[in-house]
Amino acid sequence: MTLAEARDAIRAKKISSKELTGAFVKAIEGARPLNAFLTEAGEQAMLAADAADRRIAEGKMGALEGLPLAIKDLFCTKGTRTTAASKILGNFVPPYESTVTQNLWDAGAVMLGKTNLDEFAMGSSNETSAFGPVFNPWRAAGSNVNLVPGGSSGGSATAVAADLCLAATGTDTGGSIRQPAAVSGHVGLKPTYGRCSRFGIVAFASSLDQAGPMTKTVRDAAIMLKTMASVDPKDSTSVDVAVPDYEKLLEGGIKGLRVGIPKEYRIDGAPAEIDALWTKGADWLKAQGAEIVEVSLPHTKYALPTYYIVAPAEASSNLARYDGVKFGYRAPGVHDITELYERSRGEGFGAEVQRRILIGTYVLSAGYYDAYYSRAQKLRTLIKRDFEQAFEKCDVLLTPTTPGPAFGVGAKTADPVEMYLQDVFTVTVNLAGLPGISVPAGLTPTGLPLGLQLIGKAFDEATLLRAAQAVETAADFKAKPANWWSV
Amino acid sequence: MSVDKDTVRRVAKLARLAVPESRLEPMTAELNGIFQWVEMLGEVNVEGVAPMTSVVAQRLKWREDKISDGGQADDLMANAPEGEAHFFVVPKVVE
Repeated sequence: MTLAEARDAIRAKKISSKELTGAFVKAIEGARPLNAFLTEAGEQAMLAADAADRRIAEGKMGALEGLPLAIKDLFCTKGTRTTAASKILGNFVPPYESTVTQNLWDAGAVMLGKTNLDEFAMGSSNETSAFGPVFNPWRAAGSNVNLVPGGSSGGSATAVAADLCLAATGTDTGGSIRQPAAVSGHVGLKPTYGRCSRFGIVAFASSLDQAGPMTKTVRDAAIMLKTMASVDPKDSTSVDVAVPDYEKLLEGGIKGLRVGIPKEYRIDGAPAEIDALWTKGADWLKAQGAEIVEVSLPHTKYALPTYYIVAPAEASSNLARYDGVKFGYRAPGVHDITELYERSRGEGFGAEVQRRILIGTYVLSAGYYDAYYSRAQKLRTLIKRDFEQAFEKCDVLLTPTTPGPAFGVGAKTADPVEMYLQDVFTVTVNLAGLPGISVPAGLTPTGLPLGLQLIGKAFDEATLLRAAQAVETAADFKAKPANWWSV
Repeated sequence: MSVDKDTVRRVAKLARLAVPESRLEPMTAELNGIFQWVEMLGEVNVEGVAPMTSVVAQRLKWREDKISDGGQADDLMANAPEGEAHFFVVPKVVE
């Protein structure tokens, strides 16, 4: 069932929130082998559903009244443990609520639980979580090898793909919504930087982080974004642009829409099916009246290395707050304050987070700042300029979302750079602050989902969603993973 | 650019991160793999290019300089690893 279908059924009083929520609570309990949830909030969800049903009976309905959602465990939820999938926040219970989740609850939505992720959202496979990997509900035909759900929003991706919720929230710093959505066979939207408030989201790289929806359909993404987005006095980078009714703006088709195909996204060694799907996507849009134009984004190949300077630099600064003093993990048996800091952080952070703190500290340190950080910020200017020039010729861009389908658990953990390459098509969008969406578009010969990405102009999510719906309609992606996980 | 074990030890100290001696060697190799890869940024001519300071064109917001929130000491202490009344407790800092 999609979010829109559930909403309409609730409004028509064909189903109650309690019935709906109860079914998802049961599905989540039955899907524990997937490890998608770090905290299940079944009891609390049933209470919230009951309250929603009472409001529905009184005719006081919010936009998402009674609809059960999964929340990435990077959003602070008042009174519910929020871990960022790190040992250092293992017992952290926030005394406040993130703005994005508050917006959802104010609209009547119900929280089913908090989903697993890569530690501090650093990863592309959900394998850096301190609480174990998440398994993708999808498996290759005839295989029982466990695949990763992508990352960092891997738990949310699996929760959507395995029908453990109507929709989920994610965050995207370099591809963490779009990449998992693509390899898990559903829709993932990263809005424009500044569209959703970052208040109360555990910070990774503040100039890149952005919250967004992970949903079964493009329409559902439009519905979720309308409520998630807001101008927030608690986040000075949330931008004063009115939030339109994205669902209404889905209508109208794409006749005359100019779709850019960036030639630099054709990379050596990518599987042939990725290229074939990309061509197919362009044909689908053309058949619906769009005009296809070739564009160039010349600095594309520098985006990932730029990201791996900027993001760790910001992370090393953001994560300085975890020192074992005011909240979070504190190493036992320390003798002085320096040992308290060093051991709490050394024992509390996992390997990938430590690696990025070290990179960030190094590139910001005296003598290296100009060679690395300052140069990377200049590259970022050039990457953004590439997009501005491309958007003089087109309204949206069409690219693959990932360089391949879901891979096996443990297949890419040996070499950090190989893992980083997962984000080669998504990271440019974060560096330029633009909105991007992944839409499920086809299956590999072995039956694994692949996505196509559309990239829009800043704050033009409406056009982006309309183009995404055109891809969705033509792709007619109906495949579902076979249930092997139910206990 | 490449780093050696001593540099990694120094950076870990700057980052207040206890990295066990046995982890230094593999960590150095991992970091060098990453640094060699980002070297490619050196081939781009960035002369006259301004470093990005804000990804979305906007002026930083101003607000009136007055207290709008506070009085939440109990909430602030709720997650403290060690606390007493409204104080965070740490090992002795001053002799």
